[in-house]
Amino acid sequence: MQKLIASVVSRLVISVPYLWMLIFFLIPFIIVFKISLSQVTMAIPPYTPTIDVWAGWQGLINSVSQFSWDNYTFLGSDPLYVKAYLSSVIIAAISTFLTLLVGYPIAYGMARAPATVRSTLLMLVILPFWTSFLIRVYAWIGILKPEGLLNQFLLWANVIHTPLNILNTNTAVLIGIVYSYLPFLVLPIYSTLEKMDYSLVEAAEDLGCPPITAFWKITFPLSLPGVVAGCFLVFIPAVGEFVIPDLLGGSETLMIGKTLWNEFSANRDWPLSSAVAVVLLALLVVPIVLFQRSEAKAQESEK
Amino acid sequence: MNTTWSRFNIVSLVIGFAFLYLPIVLLVVFSFNESRLVTVWAGFSTKWYVSLFNNKSFIDAAWVTIRVGLISATFATILGTLGALALTRYTRFRGRMLFSAMIYAPLVMPEVITGLSLLLLFVAIGFDRGIWTVTLAHITFTMCFVAVVVQSRLVTFDRSLEEAAMDLGATPVTTFFKVTLPVIMPAVVSGWMLAFTLSLDDLVISSFTSGPGATTLPMRIYSQVRLGVTPEINAACTILIAVVAVGVVIASIANKRREVQKARDEQAAARH
Repeated sequence: MQKLIASVVSRLVISVPYLWMLIFFLIPFIIVFKISLSQVTMAIPPYTPTIDVWAGWQGLINSVSQFSWDNYTFLGSDPLYVKAYLSSVIIAAISTFLTLLVGYPIAYGMARAPATVRSTLLMLVILPFWTSFLIRVYAWIGILKPEGLLNQFLLWANVIHTPLNILNTNTAVLIGIVYSYLPFLVLPIYSTLEKMDYSLVEAAEDLGCPPITAFWKITFPLSLPGVVAGCFLVFIPAVGEFVIPDLLGGSETLMIGKTLWNEFSANRDWPLSSAVAVVLLALLVVPIVLFQRSEAKAQESEK
Repeated sequence: MNTTWSRFNIVSLVIGFAFLYLPIVLLVVFSFNESRLVTVWAGFSTKWYVSLFNNKSFIDAAWVTIRVGLISATFATILGTLGALALTRYTRFRGRMLFSAMIYAPLVMPEVITGLSLLLLFVAIGFDRGIWTVTLAHITFTMCFVAVVVQSRLVTFDRSLEEAAMDLGATPVTTFFKVTLPVIMPAVVSGWMLAFTLSLDDLVISSFTSGPGATTLPMRIYSQVRLGVTPEINAACTILIAVVAVGVVIASIANKRREVQKARDEQAAARH
C-alpha cells in the first residue's frame, strides 16, 4: 500500500509541472513553427491555412500541402532582416563584454570584502534586480537626453561645450543593456570567487609571482564557470531585447526583437513574425543548450 | 577567502554601486519635482502623486497587475516547487532531459519569443485574450524561476530526516508537509516573492498575451513613456520601487530573525 501511494505521488509530482510546461512552453513553439509556414491574410486569425481538427485526415493533408517556406526565403533575401540579426548579435556581444568589464571588479571587490559587509553588499546588488526592468531603462532617458542630467553635469563641469547626443543612438542601447543586466553577471561570478581558496594566490605571491600575473594565472581561471554562466545570462536575452532598443535606441538601431514586435503589432504579419522568431531561436539554440548544460552541471556538483 | 581589502576593491565597489543606484535615485528625486520638466529642479512638491491617484486608468491598471501577480505567483510557486522536487528527487524518468531543458530555457529565452508563442497558442485554441491569458503566461515563465530557487535549497537538504519520518510510519505526503516543506520554506517564500515581482514588472509577455480590459501597470507606463517623459511616470515608478524595496527588506529582516532564533535554540539545546 505504502509503495503504491509513493508511486502515485511520484507520478503526480513529475507529471503536473511536466504537462504544464509541455502545453504552455513546448507546444506553443510547434504552433509558431507551423504558422511561420503559413501566409498572411485579412482574416481572424490573420493567417492561412488554418488547421481545422474537425476536417479529418483529408482536411489536414490539404492544409499541410499549402505550407511553404516563402517567409524564410523572404527573410534571407531582404537585407533588412539579415542586418537586424547581425547587429543584434554584435550589440549583444559588445554589451556582454562591457558588462563583464564593469561587473568583474564589482564581484571581485565583494568577494574580497570582510565577511561582515558581504551579505549587505550582496543585497545591494540583488535589490536593483527586483526593481522593474522598464523603470530602470526609463530612468536613463532623463539622464541621457540632450537637455538631460548627464549633459547638464558635463556642461557645468566644463568638460564639453555643446550637449552630447547619446539618447536614441546605439551607445545608449549599450549603456542600457550593461546597466540592466549587470546583476545577472555579478552574482554568478561572485559565487565562484567567494568559494575560491585564496591561499593559492598567497602561495603564488610568496613564491614571487606579481599580483597581476597571479590574478590571470589563478583567480581568473578559477572564476571561469561563473564568468561563463554570467555571460550566457546577459548575451542570450540581450540578442532578443525589445524594451531597451525601443526606448533608448534610435533609427540607426536595428535589433531583431524590435523588428519582430513591429512586424507583429504594426504590420499584423503573424506568419512573418513567427518566421523571425524561429530563426532567432535557431541562432540562440546552441548558447541556450550550453547554458542549460552548465547550470545542470553546477546543480549536480552541489550534491 | 582571506580578506585583504585593497583600495582597488573599494574604489571599484563604490563606482559600481554608484552606477547601479544613481539612475534610480535621480528618478525618485525628480518625482517630487514642482516643474513639469523632469530634468530641471524647481522645488519640492507631491502634486504628481495626487494627480496619479486621480488618474483612473493608472489605478485600474494597478488592480489588474496586483490580481495577476497574486494569482500567478501562488500557482507558479506550487508548480515550481513540484518541478524542483521532480528534478532533485527523481534522477531517472523518461524525458528528464527535456523537462530540465524546459525549466532552464525560459530563464534566458528572449521575451518576444515566449510572448509570441503563448499568444499563438491562445489564438489556436480559441481562448479569448484577457486577464486570464496574462495570468497563465505569467505562471509559465515565473514557475521556472521558482523551480531554480527551490532546487538550489533541495540539493543541500538532508534526506535522512525524511527517511526517519517514513521509517516511523509517516506517508510520503505527510512527510512532505511535516518535514520537507518546513525546511525548504524560506526558499519557497523567496520563490513566491520573486515570481510576484517578475509578474509585477513584466511588459513584453503581458503585451503579447493581454486583451481588452487587461492593461497592466507596466503596459500603462510604457504607453505613457512613448508619448514623453513626465513626473507622473516618475511618481508611478517610485511607488513600484517602494513597494518592492519594502517587501525585500521585510523578508530579509524576517530571515535574519529566524536565523538568530535558530542559533539561540541550538545553543539552548547544546547546554542541556
